[in-house]
Amino acid sequence: MGAAKPAVEFRDIDIAYGKFVAVRDFSLSIRKGSFVTLLGPSGCGKTTILRSIAGLVDISGGQIMIDGRRVDDVPIYRRNIGLVFQSYALFPHKTVFDNVAFGLKYRNVPKPEIARKVGQALDMVRLPGSEKKLPSQLSGGQQQRIALARAIVFEPQVLLLDEPLSALDANMREEMRVEIKKIQKATGITAIFVTHDQEEALSMSDRIVVMNAGSVEQIGTPEEVYERPATAFVADFLGKANMLAGTVSRSDSTTAVALAAGQTVDVMSPRPLAPGSKVTVVVRPQKLSVGAAASGNRLSGRVVSTSYLGGSAIYEIDIGGKTSVRANAPINGRVAREGEAIEVGFDPGGCVLLDESGQRIS
Amino acid sequence: MKVGRPNKEGRWAWRLTGFVTLCVYIFMFAPIVATVILSFNASMFGGFPMTGFSLQWYGKLMANEAVLAAFRTSLWIALVTAVVTTAIGVVTSFALVRFEFPGKQTLSTLVILPALVPETILGVGLLVLIKAVDQPRTMLLLVLGHILLAVPYVVLITQARMVGIRRVYEEAALSLGASRFSSFREITLPLLIPAVVAGALLAFTISFDNTSASLFWRPAGVETMPTQILSMLKISISPEINALGTVMILVTVGIPLIGGLILQSLTRLKRRDEPKEEAR
Repeated sequence: MGAAKPAVEFRDIDIAYGKFVAVRDFSLSIRKGSFVTLLGPSGCGKTTILRSIAGLVDISGGQIMIDGRRVDDVPIYRRNIGLVFQSYALFPHKTVFDNVAFGLKYRNVPKPEIARKVGQALDMVRLPGSEKKLPSQLSGGQQQRIALARAIVFEPQVLLLDEPLSALDANMREEMRVEIKKIQKATGITAIFVTHDQEEALSMSDRIVVMNAGSVEQIGTPEEVYERPATAFVADFLGKANMLAGTVSRSDSTTAVALAAGQTVDVMSPRPLAPGSKVTVVVRPQKLSVGAAASGNRLSGRVVSTSYLGGSAIYEIDIGGKTSVRANAPINGRVAREGEAIEVGFDPGGCVLLDESGQRIS
Repeated sequence: MKVGRPNKEGRWAWRLTGFVTLCVYIFMFAPIVATVILSFNASMFGGFPMTGFSLQWYGKLMANEAVLAAFRTSLWIALVTAVVTTAIGVVTSFALVRFEFPGKQTLSTLVILPALVPETILGVGLLVLIKAVDQPRTMLLLVLGHILLAVPYVVLITQARMVGIRRVYEEAALSLGASRFSSFREITLPLLIPAVVAGALLAFTISFDNTSASLFWRPAGVETMPTQILSMLKISISPEINALGTVMILVTVGIPLIGGLILQSLTRLKRRDEPKEEAR
C-alpha cells in the first residue's frame, strides 16, 4: 500500500434538480475504515449525497471518487457499495438466504462459497439459522439486521446507511446502534451514515458532517462539533445550546460581554475583540451550574419550569430581558421549584463565542 | 349473523335483506343454470319443458365441424391476445409508473380511454380505417382488434400493482450488483406476477367472449364462438346452442377460476414450510 487513498472523496459536488440546488459545493474526504455521519434536518441534502455515492442520484458538478476511482459515470450496479435503507427493502418474495446471497450471486461467487459467506454474515448479525424465513416473518429489528448482512456480505468498499434506525422503536434503536457500530468495527468497513438524530450521530461516529440547506456547517469529531460548534446552526441543532446575545464591553485578559438580558459575563475569547462588537455567547445546558453550586459567571434569575429526571434536573430559568436559559444540572440537595429566585453560573472557558454572522470566533 | 337479542324490527330487516339477496342471486344465475340444464334436455326444442336426460347435443356439437372450427379460432385468438396484451400491459405500466416524462398523465389517460368507447363504435372505427387504407380484413386484424379491446383493462390491473411495488426494492437490487434488466426480471416481475396472471386471464376472457366487435372485424368465412352462436340462432334456438353455451361458460368461468387457484396454491406453497417460531 502506498499513501492511503481516502475510501470516498467528494470534490466540489453540486446536485441540482432543475432550478432547485439540493447540494452546493460539497467536499469531503473519508478515511478508510472510519464511520462518518451526515447529520442535519430533513431536506438538508444529506440523503441526496448518500444516494449520489450509490449512483441513485446524478451529480451536476464535481467528482466522486471511491478508492481513488472516479465513479461519476459508473452505473450503480458496478460501484460495489453496500446500501441499507430506512425501510429495510428486503425482497419480500425471497427467503433470508436468497436476500443475503443476492449480491454474491451477481459477483459470480461459487455456490458453496455463497452458502459459507451467507452463514457467516447471519452469524455476525446474530440471526443464524434464519436462512429459510421470509422477511414478513421477521420483526423490524431482525429485518434491518438481515438488510445489514445483505449489504456487507460481499465486502463492499463502502457501506451506506440511510437512516437505518428511524423505522425502529426506541428500544430496538438503541440496541441496533450498538450492533451496527460493533459490526462496522469488526469488519473494518468504511461506513457513511445518514441521520437527523443528533444522539445517534454523537454516539456512533468517528466524524460528523453537520449539514444545513445543502451545505456543510461543520466537519469534526463528535466532541468537536458538540463542544466547539462552528456556527449558530450547529450549536442549536446539536443539543439545544443557550444562545445569549450581547456586546463586548471590555477586552483584556478576559472579555466582558454585556448581555442583552441585562447582566454582564466574563468569557474567554481566542482572540481580542474590539469593544462594541456584537457577539453571541453559546453555553451548553450541562455547563450551567445552578443554586449554591453556581460558579464562575453568576447570573440571577427565576425558575420558570423544572423537569426532574432523577439524577439531574432540567431548569428553565428566566434571566431577565425576555431571555431564559436551560440548565441541566446534577441534583445536590434540594430541587429548585418554579418561581424560586436562583443563581446560574458558568466558567469563562465553558462557552463558545459566535460573531455577528453566526460563525465561531477563533 | 347473530344478534344478541334481536327485536322484532331487526328480525324483519334481516328477513327482508335475505329475501332481496336471494332474488338478486336467482336473477343472476337463473339464465346460466337454465342453459346448463337445457343442454342435457332430450327434447328437440331448445326450451322447457324437459323431456329426459341426454348427451346427444354434446355429441352433435362434437360432430359439427363449423362449431369446432369456431372454437379453435376463438381459443387461438384469445391465447394470442392474452400473451401479447399482458406483455404490453407490463411494459406500459412499468414505463408509466417508474419514469417521469412530459405528457405522462395524458398518455396514462389515453391508454385507458378505449375501454370507455362503446365496442360497436370501436368495431366500426377500425373497419372504416382499414377500408380507408384499402386493406383486407384478415385474422391479424381480428387479433389486433381484440388486443385493442383488452389492453386498457390489463394496463389498469398491472399499473395498480406496479404502484404498490416500492422503487426501493429495485434500488436495492441495483446496489447489490444486478443490472437494470436483472433487477426487473428478479425483483419487479415476480412481485408483479399476480397482476400478470389476472391480466392475462381477463384478456383471454375479453377476447373469447367478444361478439359485437368481432362481427365487424372477422375475415369472410371465419367464425369465432360468439359469432357462430349468433349465426346458429338466426336459424333456430336449437338445444345444440345450449350445449355450446355450457361449454363457453365452462371455458370463460373455468379458466380464471383455475388460474386463481393455481396462484393461491403457489403463494401458499411458499408459506408452508415456515417454522412456527415466534418473531421477536
